[in-house]
Amino acid sequence: MTAELLIEQLLNGLQFGFMLFLMSAGLTLIFGVMGLINLAHGSFYMIGAFSAAATFAFFNSFWLSLFASFSSAAVVGVIVEKTIIRKLYNRDHLDQVLVTFALILFFSELIRWIFGAFPLYLDVPKILNGSIEIFDGIYYSKYRLFIIFVGLIIATFLFFLIGKTNLGIQIRAGQYDREMISALGVNISKLYTLLFGIGAALAGLAGALIGTIQSVEVGMGEPILILAFVIIVIGGIGSIKGALIASLLVGLVDTLGRFLIPWVLQTITNPSDAMSIGSAIGSMLIYILMAIILILRPTGLYGKILS
Amino acid sequence: MLKIINLILSIGLLLASSLVFADGHKLKVGMITTLSGGGSGLGIDVRDGFMLAVKDSKDIEVVIEDDQRKPDIAVQLADKMIQSEKVDVLTGIIWSNLAMAVVPAAVSQGKFYLSPNAGPSALAGKGCHENYFNVAWQNDNLHEAAGGHANSAGFKNTFILAPNYPAGKDALTGFKRYFKGSLAGEIYTKLGQTDYAVEIAQIRASKADSVFFFLPGGMGIGFMKQYAQSGIEIPVVGPAFSFDQGILKAVGEAALGVKNTSQWSKDLDNKANKKFVSDFQNEYGRLPSLYASQGYDTGKLLMSAMEKASVKDMGSFREALRSADFDSTRGQFSFSSNHHPIQDIYVREVIKEGDILTNKIVSVGLKDHSNAYVSQCSM
Repeated sequence: MTAELLIEQLLNGLQFGFMLFLMSAGLTLIFGVMGLINLAHGSFYMIGAFSAAATFAFFNSFWLSLFASFSSAAVVGVIVEKTIIRKLYNRDHLDQVLVTFALILFFSELIRWIFGAFPLYLDVPKILNGSIEIFDGIYYSKYRLFIIFVGLIIATFLFFLIGKTNLGIQIRAGQYDREMISALGVNISKLYTLLFGIGAALAGLAGALIGTIQSVEVGMGEPILILAFVIIVIGGIGSIKGALIASLLVGLVDTLGRFLIPWVLQTITNPSDAMSIGSAIGSMLIYILMAIILILRPTGLYGKILS
Repeated sequence: MLKIINLILSIGLLLASSLVFADGHKLKVGMITTLSGGGSGLGIDVRDGFMLAVKDSKDIEVVIEDDQRKPDIAVQLADKMIQSEKVDVLTGIIWSNLAMAVVPAAVSQGKFYLSPNAGPSALAGKGCHENYFNVAWQNDNLHEAAGGHANSAGFKNTFILAPNYPAGKDALTGFKRYFKGSLAGEIYTKLGQTDYAVEIAQIRASKADSVFFFLPGGMGIGFMKQYAQSGIEIPVVGPAFSFDQGILKAVGEAALGVKNTSQWSKDLDNKANKKFVSDFQNEYGRLPSLYASQGYDTGKLLMSAMEKASVKDMGSFREALRSADFDSTRGQFSFSSNHHPIQDIYVREVIKEGDILTNKIVSVGLKDHSNAYVSQCSM
């Protein structure tokens, strides 16, 4: 194994981590502030990717399709919040899970009805095509660097929003005491709608960014949703900082695990077995990580201490 | 008086309905296939191909259910179809892990299973069964042809990867059986994985001169796009699954020029295939994929057997299936002793016809190819 390979894999881990952050940031805010388990978050990811692909087919512009992804996901998010989710805030978690699970089925069928069951096409713009030499002899995909860059911008934006703005104060206050901030005259339902919209928009953006290098197909949101839930549990529910650190942690552990474990095993057994055992352990790794963190810190890395 | 009329009427009805059942050439098919979520394009193509083949038959009733690519759901559906729907023939499963969960139980309960896709080695060798027929291929076949093609293309040091499930293992086994060069690396990925940055980095570092991959459905789309992005120049080879009609549009230009191996191609020159391609386009408004051709052949095989025997007479129906007396879209088609196809496997190249990406045959990879498990099957 060479240093170049290791550095490339570290970058891959970072890129995956930032991608997961876009998904989990919205999820953790919605869960933390509104107390809502939103299984339909993966559907916004899918909606983002499909509206990006549709816009791309029509205008043939990547940047326009990126814009379409988060704006359409935000619009759908706001509509869903105002019509359905709003009725769930006072219900228990089981009702929320049932309704948002139904939303997954609904959106998957709707998308299939509109676009068909075959994957759609979405491609990287010319300027981000190919790879770039970042250090001596280390090449890395321009598009993946772009994803890291977008992740950094969004993270900065969210930290600014939560930490420095009036809205951020309301969000943080909402996490601790919902009744008190509405008693103080904050329009809590407007805040919830806004928050839900932001979460959906981030998921939609993630869908378009990832759909571009993977495949845009029905059901693409669910695998990543599971990881997003793992992350908000590791990071501590409601904490953006926790979500960021947990995302990067999960991204790096998953990427390096998939790559290093078979490599280590190869020294003790034959390559074929090493590969199959290694990939099996590799896919368990993040769940093992979650278990260890929960044993050491039951509320997650940055979760509030339960009283 | 009314009671008596009622009685007579109901006896009449009973007789009439038993008459319908006495007509042995009626047959009920249970199709379990993937119609939602990831990989649904494959199931939809198999279903559409099959339905096109049996469209004009009045004697076939088809019950279709969606397995969502989940083994547990497939098992439940199979139980339901056997116990309450009382189907005679099961078909439709795309994925080998689902086939392994459903097929052994179904055939041992006296049902026929005609596989339009999955052909795991376990069901071709020791686990073969007289009621199980595979109309597509044994899993290893297309990969064996890819291995052969890699030799003739002069590749010496290949990097190979496939998902970690029965068909993925069969794929790499099949490739290695025919490939004479050395392996620069061998990776099993997670089934359903769509990001291959980790694997592509390893390919880059491995100094391989070529890449062989088996990543069906959406997995292959992700891999090809990311591979094209990575700036690695070495050629890739693969089975048709990652270059079939259903997904070429989503892969885009990245696929252009790639050699892939298939038992079927749109441009195969025989009467049955020409009719199939044009009928499919008329019916569904899109080009057929190899999955559609497999579904279609499955339907045609079933109808050919129904003409010869009733499904109630299992022995003769089985003989009728075994003779494979139908016009396959692949031209030459017969069954080996373990009920898997003996057929030609072609090397195709991805080309552009106008604006549409599609495949054309460049050579015959393996002629009259059977499978490596015939001797392990004691049938």
